[in-house]
Amino acid sequence: MIASTDPPPGRPGHVPRRIHLAAHFPGVNNTTVWTDPRSGSQIDFASFQHLARTAERGKFDFFFLAEGLRLRELKGRIHDLDVVGRPEALTVLAALAAVTERLGLAGTVNATFNEPYELARRLATVDHLSDGRAAWNVVTTSDAFTGENFRRGGYLDRADRYTRAAEFVRLARELWDSWQPDAIAANPEPGVFVRPDGIGTIDHQGRHFTIAGQFTLPRSPQGHPVIIQAGDSDEGREFAAATADVVFSRHGTLDEGRAFYADVKGRLARHGREPDDLKIMPAATFALGDTEEEAAENAAEIRRHQVSPQTAIAYLEQVWGRDMSAYDPEGPLPDIEPDTDGEVSQGRVRLDDRLAIAAKWRALAEERRLSIRELVIEVTGRQSFVGTPETVAGRIDAFVQAAAADGFILVPHLTPGGLDDFVDRVVPILQERGVFRAEYTGTTLRDHLGLAVPGAAA
Amino acid sequence: MTGAPLHLAVALDAAGWHPAAWRDPVARPRELFTAGYWAKLVGEAERGLIDFVTIEDALGLQSSRPDGPDGRLDLVRGRFDAVLLAARLAPLTSAIGLVPTATTTHTEPFHVAIGIATLDHVSGGRAGWRAQVSARASDAAHFGRRTFPEVTPETIGEHQGHIAGLLAEAADAVEVARRLWDSWEDDAEIRDVATGRFVDRDRLHYIDFTGSRFSVKGPSITPRPPQGQPVVTALAHARPAQEFAAGSADVVYVTPHDREQARSVVAELRSLPRAGEPLKIFADLVVFLDGDTGRAVERRTRLDELDGAEFASDAAVFAGTAEDLADLLLDWAQTGIQGYRLRPGVVPHDLKGITRGLTSALRRRGVFRDAYEADTLRGLLGLPRPAGRHRRASTS
Ligand SMILES: Cc1cc2nc3c(=O)[nH]c(=O)nc-3n(C[C@H](O)[C@H](O)[C@H](O)COP(=O)(O)O)c2cc1C
Repeated sequence: MIASTDPPPGRPGHVPRRIHLAAHFPGVNNTTVWTDPRSGSQIDFASFQHLARTAERGKFDFFFLAEGLRLRELKGRIHDLDVVGRPEALTVLAALAAVTERLGLAGTVNATFNEPYELARRLATVDHLSDGRAAWNVVTTSDAFTGENFRRGGYLDRADRYTRAAEFVRLARELWDSWQPDAIAANPEPGVFVRPDGIGTIDHQGRHFTIAGQFTLPRSPQGHPVIIQAGDSDEGREFAAATADVVFSRHGTLDEGRAFYADVKGRLARHGREPDDLKIMPAATFALGDTEEEAAENAAEIRRHQVSPQTAIAYLEQVWGRDMSAYDPEGPLPDIEPDTDGEVSQGRVRLDDRLAIAAKWRALAEERRLSIRELVIEVTGRQSFVGTPETVAGRIDAFVQAAAADGFILVPHLTPGGLDDFVDRVVPILQERGVFRAEYTGTTLRDHLGLAVPGAAA
Repeated sequence: MTGAPLHLAVALDAAGWHPAAWRDPVARPRELFTAGYWAKLVGEAERGLIDFVTIEDALGLQSSRPDGPDGRLDLVRGRFDAVLLAARLAPLTSAIGLVPTATTTHTEPFHVAIGIATLDHVSGGRAGWRAQVSARASDAAHFGRRTFPEVTPETIGEHQGHIAGLLAEAADAVEVARRLWDSWEDDAEIRDVATGRFVDRDRLHYIDFTGSRFSVKGPSITPRPPQGQPVVTALAHARPAQEFAAGSADVVYVTPHDREQARSVVAELRSLPRAGEPLKIFADLVVFLDGDTGRAVERRTRLDELDGAEFASDAAVFAGTAEDLADLLLDWAQTGIQGYRLRPGVVPHDLKGITRGLTSALRRRGVFRDAYEADTLRGLLGLPRPAGRHRRASTS
C-alpha cells in the first residue's frame, strides 16, 4: 500500500475529525451555581448577551436555551434550591440575533404543548431574523403536571409523545417548504408581489393533526431550521435517527459515549441517511485550573456550591421517597429504608429503581465514610472535563477522535462569566490542533454543522 | 409643553397601509422579510420620539376578505411573528415602546404571557401587547382544533355569538397573562445562602385560573417583568370589542371619522364598566403627509389607480400637510382622545412625515415631547407600575 486517502492518526495527511461546540445557558438545573459572588442575573438580557457573545468570540456552532413549562416541585411545593425562572426561549433568541452575527441560536420548545402552524412560523421567523441561524430542540412531555398550564391539560400517553413529535416535525417541514424559494417577485410593474403558484397549500390529515391552508412566511434562509433532539429512550433514538440534525445526549464516559454514538449513527442507514447527517453532541461540564491540582480544587469547590446542605437532603428525599429534613446533611446516612410508594418529585425526571440506588449509595457511604452531603456530591455527576486547558482540550479532542461524540454542548456553571475561561484558554488550543475552526467559514448554522440545505418540495 | 401632551404611536405593517404602498417608488418591497428593514423603521420612529410602535400580525395570510384568503398576487402577503420581530428590534432601540400583535384565539395564553414578559425583560420595560381575536374559519383550519363558521360581510350579523365568544376568551387570556405576570412578586428571588434558597416560594403564586375555554395553574416560569405588567392594548370599533377593551386593556385604539364620532366614542367607552386606572383612548388614522395637500392627495390617488380601487379603511384617512394634521389631532383631543396611533400610508415616506413633520408641528403647539421623559412604556404613557396583586400578602 502506497497511498491512502485517509491515513491513520499521526501520519502526515491524516485529517482529524472536526469538533463542534455549543454553549448551554446556565439555567434551571443544579449545575448552575448561584451562591458564588460572581453569579449574575439569570433573567437580564445582558447575561444572555454576554454568554452568547462569548460563545461567538469562541467561534461556537450555537448557543442553547433549555425549557421547562412548569416550575419544578418537590413534596408538593415549588423547588426553591436551584435557580428558578427563565425567559421564553425563542423571544430571547430573536433578541440575541440582533447582537450576534454568526452564532447559531437554538431553543428548546415542547412539541406536546405547541401547535405546528404557530411554532413553525415562530421558528421560521427566528431563522429569517437571524439570517439562517435558528435551531429547534424538540422535546416531548406527556405529563399532566405540565399540562395544567395549557389548554389541553395532560392529554398525551407516554407512548404517543414521539408519534406526535414526528408528525409535528414532518408537518413543520411541509410548512417551511410550502413557499417556493422564489415565491416573492415584488415587481411593482406590473404589480406582482407573489408569483403564481408561489405559495403552496397544505392539506394534512394525520393521527395527531388536521391542518389545511397556507403558511404565512417565505422560505427561510436555512430552508429548515436545524432540528435537535434530546431524549434517550429507544423511541427517542429512533426519532433522532429519522428526523434530527443534532442529538443532545447525556453520555459522560468514553465507553458510554461510543456505545450511544454507534447505536444512533447505526440507525441512520435505515432512514436513508449518512452518518454525517446527524451530529451527536453530549452535554459536558468543565472545571479549569493552571495545574491539575488547582483544577481539581476548583472542581470540588464548584461541586460544594452545587450541592448545598439543603440540596443534599433534597436529593436524598428523592431516592428515599420520604421527608429527611430532620437529618444533618454533614452527618452520616440515617439507618432507614426508602419508602417505595413515596413520590416526592414533580416536574423533573423520576429516579427509577430507588431501592437499588439507595443500597448502592449506602455501600459507598459506609466504605468511604461519607457524610450525606459528601455522598451526594460523590454520586451526582461531577464535571465531565477537569484539568488544565491543555488536558481539557486534549480530552475533548480524544472523545471526538474516538467517535464518542461529534462535539459537546458545554454547560458552564456560572452566569454570565462561566464560558470566559474556556473560550480564552481552551478554544485556542483546539484551534492550534486544527480540530476546531479558527474562523467561521459560513454564515448559517447549517454551514457550521456541515449540514446540507434541504431542497424545496418537488 | 403648554397643553396636555399628546401621545403618538405608529402602526407598522409591511410597506404601509395603502394596499399598493409596496409599489410606491420609495418602498423597499424586497427587504420586507429582513430584520434590517424593520430596524430602519423603528429607528426612525425612535428618532421621532414616538411613544411606541405596533406590529400587525395574524395566524393566516393577509386577505382583503373576512372569510379567508383572497388569492390576490398583487398585494403583500406574508408576515413575521410579531412578538419575535419586536424582540429582534429591542436591542437596537432604547426608549421606544414595542407593541406586537398576538392572537388570543388559537395561541396558548401561557405562551403569550411568557413571550410578552420576555419581550419586557429584553427591552428593559418597553413591551406591550396588542391582543387580537381571530374569527376566520381559515385561520382555525391552520390549527384543526375548532371549527369556525364562515363569516362574510353579508352574514356577519348572524355570527355575533361567535365573535362575542372569542372576545370573552380574549378577556380570559388577558386575565391569565396579568395573573401570570403578577405570580412572581418583585422580590421573589432572594438568593439566601444560609437557607440554600434561590427564591422565597411564598412569593410565588399559583393563579388557578379556570375559564370556559382553558384553565391555567401557574405560576409563570418567567420572573415578573420590569414593568410589572406590560401594557395591554386592543383595537375596538364597536361593541362588544369595546367592552373587552374597557374591561381588559390599558390602551384602546378607536376609529372615529370626525370630531363628533370622536366625542361619542369617548363617551361610550367612559360609560363602560372598568376597574383600576382609566383606559387610555387613542384614535387610529391612516396618514399621507406631504409639504402641500395637493401632493399628498395626488400620491394617494396614484396608489388607488395602481390598486384599481379607492382606498377605504376602518380608520379615518388623512391626506395633507403635517400642520393641518396637527390641528386636526389637537381638535379631536378636545373630545378626550389622549393619543393617536397613526398608520402611515407608505413607509418610509409617511413615517418620516410623522416623525419629522408632525412631531415638529405638535412641538410648536406645545403638545409633544422634545426628549423621552421615561425609559419604560408605562413611563411614557403616564401609567403607574402595578404593585402586583400579591404584594400585601407578603409584606403584612
Ligand atoms: C440532554 C437532555 C436535555 C434535555 N433538555 C430538556 C429541556 O430543556 N426541556 C424539556 O422539557 N425536556 C428536556 N429533556 C427531556 C427530553 O425531551 C425527554 O422528555 C426526556 O429525555 C425523556 O425522553 P426519553 O424517554 O426519550 O428519554 C432533555 C433531555 C436530555 C437527554
